[in-house]
Amino acid sequence: MIPDQLTHWLLGRFGVSSLPILPAIENPTTSELVAAGAALAVILGAIGGIAFITWLGAWRTLWRDWLTSTDHKRIGIMYVVLALVMMARGVLEGAVMRTQQAFGLNGGFLTPEHFSELFSTHGTIMIFFVAMPLIIGLANYIVPLQIGARDMSFPVMNQISLGLTATGAALVMISLLLGKFSTGGWTAYPPYTGYDFNPGPGPDYWIWSVALAGLGTTMSGINFAVTIFKERAPGMTLFRMPLFTWTVLCAAIIMVFALPPLTVATLMLAADRYLDFHFFTNDLGGNMMNYVNLFWLFGHPEVYLLVIPAYGVFSESIATFSGKRLYGYASLVYATMAIAVLSFTVWLHHFFTMGQSANVNIVFGIASMCIAVPTGVKIYDWMATIFRGRIRMTVPMIYALGFFYLFVIGGLTGVMLANPTISYQVHNTLFLVAHFHNVIIPGVVFGLLSGYHYWFPKAFGFRLHEGWGRLTALLWIFGFSFTFFPLYALGFMGMPRRSASYTDPAFEPLMLVAFFGAALIVSALGSIVIQLWVSVRERESLAVPLGDPWNGRTLEWATSSPPPHYNFAVLPQVEDRDDFADAKAKGRAYMEPDAYEDIVMPNNTSLGMIICVSSTLLGLALVFYIWWLAILATGVIAVAFIARTFVLSTTHVIPADVIAAEHRAWLAGVHAAGPITRDAETRSANHGLASLELPTLAGAER
Amino acid sequence: MKHPTLHPGLNLGPHHGEAHEDAETLAFGFWVFLMSDLIIFGLMFATYVTMANPMGLAGGPGPKDAYDLTSVFVQTMILLASSLTFGMASLAMRFERGRGPITFWLSVTLLLGLAFLSLEVRDFAHMIEIGAVPSRSGFLSAFWGLVPLHALHVAAGCLWIMIMMIQMRTFGMVPLVKTRILRLGLFWHFLDLIWIGIFTIVYLGALA
Amino acid sequence: MSELNYQHEVRGYLTGFGLALLLTLVPFALTVWGGFGSVTTFVVLGGCALAQFVVQLRFFLHIDLRRQKREDLQLILFSILLLVIMAGGTIWIVGNLGMRMM
Repeated sequence: MIPDQLTHWLLGRFGVSSLPILPAIENPTTSELVAAGAALAVILGAIGGIAFITWLGAWRTLWRDWLTSTDHKRIGIMYVVLALVMMARGVLEGAVMRTQQAFGLNGGFLTPEHFSELFSTHGTIMIFFVAMPLIIGLANYIVPLQIGARDMSFPVMNQISLGLTATGAALVMISLLLGKFSTGGWTAYPPYTGYDFNPGPGPDYWIWSVALAGLGTTMSGINFAVTIFKERAPGMTLFRMPLFTWTVLCAAIIMVFALPPLTVATLMLAADRYLDFHFFTNDLGGNMMNYVNLFWLFGHPEVYLLVIPAYGVFSESIATFSGKRLYGYASLVYATMAIAVLSFTVWLHHFFTMGQSANVNIVFGIASMCIAVPTGVKIYDWMATIFRGRIRMTVPMIYALGFFYLFVIGGLTGVMLANPTISYQVHNTLFLVAHFHNVIIPGVVFGLLSGYHYWFPKAFGFRLHEGWGRLTALLWIFGFSFTFFPLYALGFMGMPRRSASYTDPAFEPLMLVAFFGAALIVSALGSIVIQLWVSVRERESLAVPLGDPWNGRTLEWATSSPPPHYNFAVLPQVEDRDDFADAKAKGRAYMEPDAYEDIVMPNNTSLGMIICVSSTLLGLALVFYIWWLAILATGVIAVAFIARTFVLSTTHVIPADVIAAEHRAWLAGVHAAGPITRDAETRSANHGLASLELPTLAGAER
Repeated sequence: MKHPTLHPGLNLGPHHGEAHEDAETLAFGFWVFLMSDLIIFGLMFATYVTMANPMGLAGGPGPKDAYDLTSVFVQTMILLASSLTFGMASLAMRFERGRGPITFWLSVTLLLGLAFLSLEVRDFAHMIEIGAVPSRSGFLSAFWGLVPLHALHVAAGCLWIMIMMIQMRTFGMVPLVKTRILRLGLFWHFLDLIWIGIFTIVYLGALA
Repeated sequence: MSELNYQHEVRGYLTGFGLALLLTLVPFALTVWGGFGSVTTFVVLGGCALAQFVVQLRFFLHIDLRRQKREDLQLILFSILLLVIMAGGTIWIVGNLGMRMM
């Protein structure tokens, strides 16, 4: 009895049965083998990662230059790496689900429970640990460069945000090894996820991974908003800001105001599960409909939070690869603001069928349709930007064209769904699945992947391989089309979403088409990996150290690639919208300043890592009811945080002569190099110095 | 005082030099955080309102059984007074009256904060005694989600005051200490703003 | 900084305190001794709370209508707009559902 109590005290409800490898040995069905294989992949991946870093001898570098860094560029890269790793898992899970449904007539190879776990992790991962970190990562890297700042306003908080996001991702990954993840979908509606119906660790994994990552995102939002309002270079008025920065500002405002409802909803659900509260229970006056309401108060602004920065990326890359000033800058800014505000007024369209009166539905239906208007404005602005431009069909442009065609279709099916009567008809069918993938993949994923390709040379000093990039883009475009267009038809035919199998043989042919599409998307994922591998191998011939490979228009291209720790030797004096294009045209780019000054930069700190590790332990402790560990981890976080406030010297100075030497070396490289024309942009002659080209007729609008 | 204000709330003023300039970004960021926190409280209030009906009460103890209005009134007075005393501490800092007056007013604020908390804890204990616990009904869950959340904020504020008094002693009135007290002031006044909502909606609104 | 200024600003806080005190006493008194209809009571309660909100913002948090402070006011008003949309929407939607379940 005593040892039992001790184990219970030490390990909570964690036990041998929490290891998913055991059922696979006892009962080797395909479903269990898939689960065990995924667990094995995590273990092998972790061992492989550790071995690789040891082989490189990079542990010190990893700790000193990356994990403890407060540099917004390093933090941005770490966000993107996290997102890409998680994307691999998310895409593979999607492919497994497509495979299951392709052979799911009267069965398939997965148990319904395993299928539920898959769509829950797939959704949670793709939204919280792929799309969000990709956006925050790109924004982290680019925004301070675009506004001519040295870093974010709060570099340490930035690091903590990354730590908390990584915590959430780590918990989702660990759930493959210890216990099981939630089967309640990415929205985790109670009462199904309440304690009465689901006492296991699954919903707790969901709650803590999402709640902790959500806190990190709120802090990111505060950080971006303050950075953009307060750290702009002299002369950079709000209406001279590049459009990507504008979209990040709007997204940041959404983060600040839309993440609180998520925090409230998840913590209320946690209170129900842990402390026997009755916010959302069936009995004693709980109201589960309030959860749905609170969740979508977050959820709808969230999807705009995802897509708005993608609009920003397209605005930058379309203007650059058309060699023109962005058409309708002000209308794009106002449209973005309008979308950001309207995004807070439409959440009810996610639950038209819940039972409220028709009048309530109508109000939110009309508000939802209104969002199509500013979005339409944007599409026309981008098309007008391309019109008669100096167009190069590079990877970001291929993504942009795919985005135009496909996103408009996704938007139009959104207008259909904004109509409550239609929503009733297709409620909970694959039509809905097709719709939101149709806006998220061509909108968010294409936008962010084109941003990855566009800004990669800025971050690493060499371009990504163009050929593999084009193949990736085409595989995504066709893969998406083959996977999700059949789902619209299947939805109309009555195939419910989240269903592991079906009995109507009429569904099967289209399911097989979707399966083929999924294979294309998996190939796209492979193609991204190969592209990165090939690009690293050929980095010498792809090098663009001078910093401006695409004849860029905004400030991030006005510094070397990769940029120095302090970004700009001297903070730029901004005179125009698209300031770098203006500077190149007027010959004020690449000038040596009269004098260099010392630069104060924030110190490294291990606070972010301490919080990351402790909060991961906290999450695990809460999932498995290991109370001593929960208290210990909370204590460590509190003490580390308070101890940090007693550190007064948090900055170091980079002396002016060091800066001068580095800057002069770069300028010497610029003056020695031969500028290249746009025709040579994707050849190895491109070292990152663009020759001035006369604007085309339509481009000479000023 | 016709110099420009750099951020919302009480400004230190240009004679504070670096601290005044640093405060522009720091105080603005803190305001944005407060606005985010405001949404959290707002949704807790909304949940409370939607639960304050017979269905949410589920036959459990209601406002009339559970709330002690006298105690709430005293708490309100204490918190309002503490807002004033914190204001005095902020002014002492702004007008450079030295560490003595700042420490004095901060100590008074801290004592008032602790008094507020002990009264509140006493009320909570009473509610537990009569069975008005969160596991009894949705309505009581909403109460226990909202009012203790505010209490937790006040407790954090008290801890923050103590840390600032230690840092004032160890570091003196360096810019970082000043800007922290400035932000602590925003936090404290914000908590009183939330309390207006609590006594109006949670207590008076439910009893009226 | 002159002594006059200090006195002036202390008076600002005291004014705010006095007004806030008044706006607290009225609703408490009304609830305890009032015999008005519930509609009147709710209107007065809401009015006093809003007024006290404004008083505290003005005298304790120094948010006012001066032009150079317009941006601060906009931040707060924007937050309150979103708060009204979210909290008001929640009460409307969940209340509507509750009524239809009676």
